[in-house]
Amino acid sequence: MKIQQLSLFLENQPGQIVRPCRLLATENIDIRTLSVADTKQFGILRMIVSDWQRALQVLKDAGYVVNVTEVVAIEVPDQPGGLSSLLQAFEDSGVNVEYMYSFPFGRRHTAVMIFRFDQPDAAIKLLQAAGISVVDSVEVYNRAEQ
Amino acid sequence: MAATAERVTQRFNPVSAPDYLPAPQLKDLQLGRLQATVRRAFDNVELFRQRMKAHGVRPEDIQSLDDIARLPFTVKADLRDTYPYGLFACPLSEVVRLHASSGTTGKPIVVAYTQDDLNVWTSVMARALASYGIHRGDIFQNAHGYGLFTGGLGFHYGLEALGATVIPISGGNTDRQVMIMKDFKVTSICATPSYFVHMLERASEMGIDVRELPLRAGGFGAEPWSESMRRHIEAASGIKAYDCYGLTEMTGPGVGAECWFQCGPHIFEDHFYPEVIDPETGQKVPDGVEGELVVTTLSKQAMPMIRYRSRDITALVPEPCACGRTLRRIRRIGRRSDDMLIIRGVNVYPSQVESALLAVEGTLPHYQIVLTRDKGLDQMEIQVEVTAEVFGDRIRALVDLNEKLMRAMEGTLGLRVNVSLVAPHTIQRSEGKAKRVIDRRAE
Repeated sequence: MKIQQLSLFLENQPGQIVRPCRLLATENIDIRTLSVADTKQFGILRMIVSDWQRALQVLKDAGYVVNVTEVVAIEVPDQPGGLSSLLQAFEDSGVNVEYMYSFPFGRRHTAVMIFRFDQPDAAIKLLQAAGISVVDSVEVYNRAEQ
Repeated sequence: MAATAERVTQRFNPVSAPDYLPAPQLKDLQLGRLQATVRRAFDNVELFRQRMKAHGVRPEDIQSLDDIARLPFTVKADLRDTYPYGLFACPLSEVVRLHASSGTTGKPIVVAYTQDDLNVWTSVMARALASYGIHRGDIFQNAHGYGLFTGGLGFHYGLEALGATVIPISGGNTDRQVMIMKDFKVTSICATPSYFVHMLERASEMGIDVRELPLRAGGFGAEPWSESMRRHIEAASGIKAYDCYGLTEMTGPGVGAECWFQCGPHIFEDHFYPEVIDPETGQKVPDGVEGELVVTTLSKQAMPMIRYRSRDITALVPEPCACGRTLRRIRRIGRRSDDMLIIRGVNVYPSQVESALLAVEGTLPHYQIVLTRDKGLDQMEIQVEVTAEVFGDRIRALVDLNEKLMRAMEGTLGLRVNVSLVAPHTIQRSEGKAKRVIDRRAE
């Protein structure tokens, strides 16, 4: 259910994002989606990649500080109110969404979004109870291949 | 239990015998050697003769150890002004070795040794190593630079005299250092503390846990290192990290060394006479009071040094040491008057920055201080490398860490400074003395 996301520490300077991307490119590892969080001085590059274990090794060997985080991919109806009805499942639950970002692909009327919850297992239970489909890692990669 | 077991293996080594001289005999020896040294300097070195005359003191005025206070000081500039051979007290034909300091600020300083001087140096280094519990059968990795720097050869000769197996690997090529440490089953090592930290980091990246290797003791020096850095090194490597005190001007490493109890280096007082003075007034301060360490060589032939101002800030420790040595100790050198930075009128020592950093996280050994000037105002930035231990996925945790570090700095330094978290390996690693401060204020 959960998907492994790689987070990298980067300094907030020109040229910092291209280097890890180039490293993964030469290793033929595909970045499915990514997001960047930034402050004035530094940032965190978060990525979902095709082969996270190999990517982790490649990045570590290159001297990066890399963190592996478990995130959840959820199918969100691509229509007004789609996201808010999904988020309703977590109201009053105490589960917090720390951040989210989306994949560049989806089905005809749905988008796939990455959610980082403070309690991913509790979040998955709530989603299942609400009948919301959680996309597993195999599916994420398969869809990206299409 | 571990402590008891280790002490059993630390048998008394005969080379350590002079460390236990009874005080009256030691003082008698010191006075005789001091008188001979002053005479030698006066008779053979123009600078010493002129200066003593100007001070109205002659060699025969030295009748007791307290009379040393009548002698003028020698400072680093004197070595620069007489560069390269002006302070030699013997003909060059008797000099069998020359060393020189790194000379990061202008001309290097040159030091000379007769064969007797080398023998004394070898003996004090053997005593230093013996006090770290190193003995015949130990496999010792000498990661100090071999060459003009006194560290490499100083340790080398002491190790050979002791009968340990020395690996003269010198500094640099960190991957090979780690490989040899593991493959050669190295039991003991010397390096600058910052370079050893770098080795530990490389070892960890190479998947080697140094705590699982036979390595058990290290002698560290050539740059000030804090007590928190010692704790970090010991926890990360599972060894006992001993301080080695030395100055190129005196002989190199081997002026003093810590014993098992790690409570500050014992000075090898039969060859180096220590005093601590108030750096402002030049007056001797009482034992236990902090001041500048001043050292007089008691047996150097080629280049005696009279009351040399070390610029190391320390105190003489009057309490006897549990190890039983009669040699007095100094507090570990946390700072040098040379290192002091004046930022917006506040005195700051790099070692304070190190302590504050390690107090907050304990895992941030790579840092650098960058000084700039903005609209006439000094700016101090402390760049700290992020490590895997402190990096999570949350931006807020990093921002919190940054703020915590800024507060700790402000608390320790009494000054508001910028702390920047930087990517791993962005701060240049040194294979010798770490360069902690980059001063761009004049640019």
